[in-house]
Amino acid sequence: MMIEVEDGITDGVERKESREENLRQSKNVESNTAPKRQNFLTASPWLRSGKTTTTAANDEHGDEAVKINVPAQFVAESEQYHNPRDSNPISSENEGSDVILMESELRYASDLDISSRKRKIQICCFSMSPIAQKELRRKTKKFVEEEVEDDGWWWIVNNGIWASFLCFAVFGLLVRLAVSVHPYSGAANPPKYGDFEAQRHWMEITLNLPIKDWYTNSTSNDLSYWGLDYPPLTAYQSYFHGLFLRFFHPDSVSLFTSRGHESYLGKLLMRWTVLSSDALVFFPSVLYFVFVYHTGRKSSRKTEIAWHIAMVLLNPCLILIDHGHFQYNCISLGLTVGAVAAILSNSDLIACFLFSLALNHKQMSAYFAPAFFSHLLGKCLKRSNPLLEVLKLGFVVVGTFSLIWWPYIHSMEAFLQVLSRLAPFERGLYEDYVANFWCTTSVIIKWKRLFTTPTLKLLSFGATISTCLPSMIQQIWAPSKRGFLYGLLNSAFSFYLFSFQVHEKSILLPLLPASLLAIEEPFLYNWITLNALFSMFPLLVRDKLVIPYIALLGLFSLLYYASPNQIRGTKETKTLESSLKALFLVCALIFHIVYLTLPAPNRYPYLFEALVMLLCFSQFVSLAFYTNAQQWMLLKHSVLVDKEKKLL
Amino acid sequence: MEEESNQKLDVALKCCHNPISGIWWFFAIAACVKLLLIPSYHSTDFEVHRHWLAITNSLPLSQWYLDETSPWTLDYPPFFAYFERFLSIFAKLVDPQIVDLQKGLNYNSNTVIYFQRITVIVSDLCLLYGVFRLTKNLDSKRRKSIWVLVIWSPMLMIVDHLHFQYNGFLLGILLISLSYLEEGNDLMGGFVFAVLLCFKHLFAVAAPVYFVYLLRHYCWGGILRGFRRLSAMGTVVVAVFVAAFGPFVYYGQIQQVISRMFPFGRGLCHAYWAPNFWVLYIILDKGLAFFFRKLGFNIQTPAASFTGGLVGDSSPFAVLPRIVPLTTFLMVLLALCPCLVQVWRNPQPRKITRWVAYAYMCGFLFGWHVHEKASLHFVIPLAIVAVQSMDDAKHYFMLSIVCCYSLFPLLYEGQEYPIKVLLLLLHSILMWLGFSALFQSGRAVKTSSLKRKELKTSSSSSAQGEEGFSIGLIEKCYLTGIIIVEIWGQFVHPLVLGDKFPFIPLMLISIYSTIGVVYSWIWQLKWIVRSVGS
Repeated sequence: MMIEVEDGITDGVERKESREENLRQSKNVESNTAPKRQNFLTASPWLRSGKTTTTAANDEHGDEAVKINVPAQFVAESEQYHNPRDSNPISSENEGSDVILMESELRYASDLDISSRKRKIQICCFSMSPIAQKELRRKTKKFVEEEVEDDGWWWIVNNGIWASFLCFAVFGLLVRLAVSVHPYSGAANPPKYGDFEAQRHWMEITLNLPIKDWYTNSTSNDLSYWGLDYPPLTAYQSYFHGLFLRFFHPDSVSLFTSRGHESYLGKLLMRWTVLSSDALVFFPSVLYFVFVYHTGRKSSRKTEIAWHIAMVLLNPCLILIDHGHFQYNCISLGLTVGAVAAILSNSDLIACFLFSLALNHKQMSAYFAPAFFSHLLGKCLKRSNPLLEVLKLGFVVVGTFSLIWWPYIHSMEAFLQVLSRLAPFERGLYEDYVANFWCTTSVIIKWKRLFTTPTLKLLSFGATISTCLPSMIQQIWAPSKRGFLYGLLNSAFSFYLFSFQVHEKSILLPLLPASLLAIEEPFLYNWITLNALFSMFPLLVRDKLVIPYIALLGLFSLLYYASPNQIRGTKETKTLESSLKALFLVCALIFHIVYLTLPAPNRYPYLFEALVMLLCFSQFVSLAFYTNAQQWMLLKHSVLVDKEKKLL
Repeated sequence: MEEESNQKLDVALKCCHNPISGIWWFFAIAACVKLLLIPSYHSTDFEVHRHWLAITNSLPLSQWYLDETSPWTLDYPPFFAYFERFLSIFAKLVDPQIVDLQKGLNYNSNTVIYFQRITVIVSDLCLLYGVFRLTKNLDSKRRKSIWVLVIWSPMLMIVDHLHFQYNGFLLGILLISLSYLEEGNDLMGGFVFAVLLCFKHLFAVAAPVYFVYLLRHYCWGGILRGFRRLSAMGTVVVAVFVAAFGPFVYYGQIQQVISRMFPFGRGLCHAYWAPNFWVLYIILDKGLAFFFRKLGFNIQTPAASFTGGLVGDSSPFAVLPRIVPLTTFLMVLLALCPCLVQVWRNPQPRKITRWVAYAYMCGFLFGWHVHEKASLHFVIPLAIVAVQSMDDAKHYFMLSIVCCYSLFPLLYEGQEYPIKVLLLLLHSILMWLGFSALFQSGRAVKTSSLKRKELKTSSSSSAQGEEGFSIGLIEKCYLTGIIIVEIWGQFVHPLVLGDKFPFIPLMLISIYSTIGVVYSWIWQLKWIVRSVGS
């Protein structure tokens, strides 16, 4: 029997000594046991498509490892005992013995693996007496307990995932409420006000006009003043929220007279509509997603799940835009999360239904459409009767769409009128200083002057499609769940970077799949969140949301760096990278102070905004490259696994 | 071999420490939420403290307690005035209008709001230090539970960061004092407590406990040694008081200062009744008056009412005898007696926190003109006691929920309504999670692996385990009652009775909370009396 505990330590001499030893040793372990272990682990669909083994990830950190001998007591009982300090602990007789472990044992071993940061516990037991087994269990249990306690998350996860979800959900709601006491966009800023007024105006329109007139210009519906330009589901949602407002405060939604309405109660009621949408759509979707996602992952510990919930629910950008600036992104994003969860649980029809709803709430959800399309198509093609499968999905999509568009599909004219409202091409290629390709390159190439709008439309369309094509092909070729999540991120990135008419707020869309991938790509998620937040900084300064910006950034970083040990282990980067990161953060900090204190030079009034744009664009492009590469790497993994399978 | 490996294990565990295991993490999370709450509602106490900044900055020391520019005269002891003087230095740098005696009146710009709110957040560092000192010798689980209870206390959030006061700072000083006493450093403990008294005299309720404890634990034993120590302690305390009150004695204003600090003209109860014994007394009086009237006695309706706040000379009671400040003083002393006897018999450092908390509870229940905010004085120290045993945890669970609930009327505007509800809800969830993790150690791993299995197979796990933390049936019913009282007050009452009897919801909250506080007080009393034998 052999038990080996490797543990993280930062002592100099011991570390160096053990590093070499450990490397040698881990190589040995890998070469001896890897194929067989994979054979066992390939049972999991998640591992097949991605991570090969958990130990492999841990071995990367072998440089900081030291070995500890736990089972001195067992020496007497066990027939063989290998000191792990021996140069080669895996002798010929116990080669690959860890594979013979019963399934329960292995689960236990993987439990320990995940639990520690740079600690690897391998339990190789053979010819072990029952008493020794019991003793071993007791010992390791104590070990894990101490570790969990040290982790700091023990008390949050102790009562199960439901309890920790409840805890984070209540905290998330509290934070949202606290943000909502701050001003909204365009507060006390006539004549156009801001997004808050737009949403309130839509409630006014939908409440007081017949459904046919919502999208048409008339004497009672001046489309140039915040005309409805979102799909019908948003209009219905405005109608229901309008009913709520009318019940408590009729003045705030009366036709004409309520233009630019601002009051304490009005603000409160509007804020509560967003809050309730968040609690009713986004939160349950996240719960659904977390359950499905972590059921699919073999190696999820409760602390990881809790951390993941916190990361998704306390995304600072989403909170700031929805509850500070004022929008209803939580609905469309929540529906998208629901659709993603449905796909992960193989309920494709539900996924189609939910994603169609998301599309009909905000046309921006189309950023995810290529990923959904390619993944579902790829999946259908793998089945016995592809055409039927595609037809089924198509039927659900068409059915949902026609249900939502019912009032407008009776006449072609009405339909086209609504459609024209949804595609505001007259607003130009880009707005403000958004960190996408067109806006950034316009510093050098004046796109708007060189080309006409129709050409630009074609150009941007072509660029968008061609950049998300690789990710689509990957998904059609080899659809996998992990690949699907990366695909969502990649297609949202290509839309953000290359499509027509992008706002700075659109970064929320790539951010969503990044948050769903937070467990696997913690660094990516951190980096994209920081950059997204940074790219929205000028907007938030205009909205007077600097304090919530600082507070939410702080809250996010605190939660991020309090991640359970295992996740922290994987997100460590090289010195060069971390120093680059530090440099970037310092620059950003200085920039924030300069932005808030100094006025922009007269010659370049938008110098600061342009700087933010340039910095963020560079980061987004490199992140997009990275995620595309990651998605394709999955393919390599799966091919490897397939080959191994054949070999075995 | 084993020892060596265990040592290495310890080292390794220390190496991979997580930010969540540091007290700063808890403080920073709380600070972020506090920052977010800056623009929310604040009470007139905000203007009170702003005015004190102006008084201390623009007037000489001799005028501080004489000034009557605004009704919000300085009525805290001198150290707090010095503290305001210190803050006003920065206030003047930020915006000179804040400290302007005339122009600053009811000044409500962003600068003053941000400045004052941030001073409260920063002064909470004192609380942080107090909690840290008090918990540094505990094991990691208990320590973190206390941090959660104190640093994330919803009551402090409501009173300090929404309503506006500096309780976190003052309670921090109390905790520092208690931590010295628990360590056995009585001289320092006494010194810090004297300082605290010169910050806010309401903390003097625990002075008898301190006096008896220090006398028995520090000064007892041998005439010579006892005398030496008594004089040392006396010198320290007198020095603190001289530093605080000396200048005012010099100016011959000590009478004025004392009269400002003890405004007995204010009446037995505050405008909103704090959930204490006198609420029951008033209700009994009303009930008896009603009953006697039914029986045909001629009972005069008292001229003064309780809901008005200030009470004049006439007795507000119809049947029962009138209460004067001396009565309440004697009642508090009487309630303290069992505790004092206990302290005298066996002065133990590890029980001092409970005794002090008990003293504040007595002061809260029987004191004169008690504010509902005074419940902080015992809820915060009791958090340290709560982790000692399951019974303590159970009672703390109920008491802190009730006391937090009794603070709800402080925030009456719509915007803060969901905030206070969620604060209480989050606090209850955290307490429940924390206590159940704390009181089922040894089972943690087993259940966790079981739960994981459940999660994987059926994707539905029952969160409630049989073993571990759970509260009794009476407590459960009582806590459910809070929800009913709240729903009645907020929704049903306006629907059913409209604008009639607007005081009923508040009265209900007071009465209902009183029951919980009295129940908890009786339990503490029983605990203290019972421990005589042991």
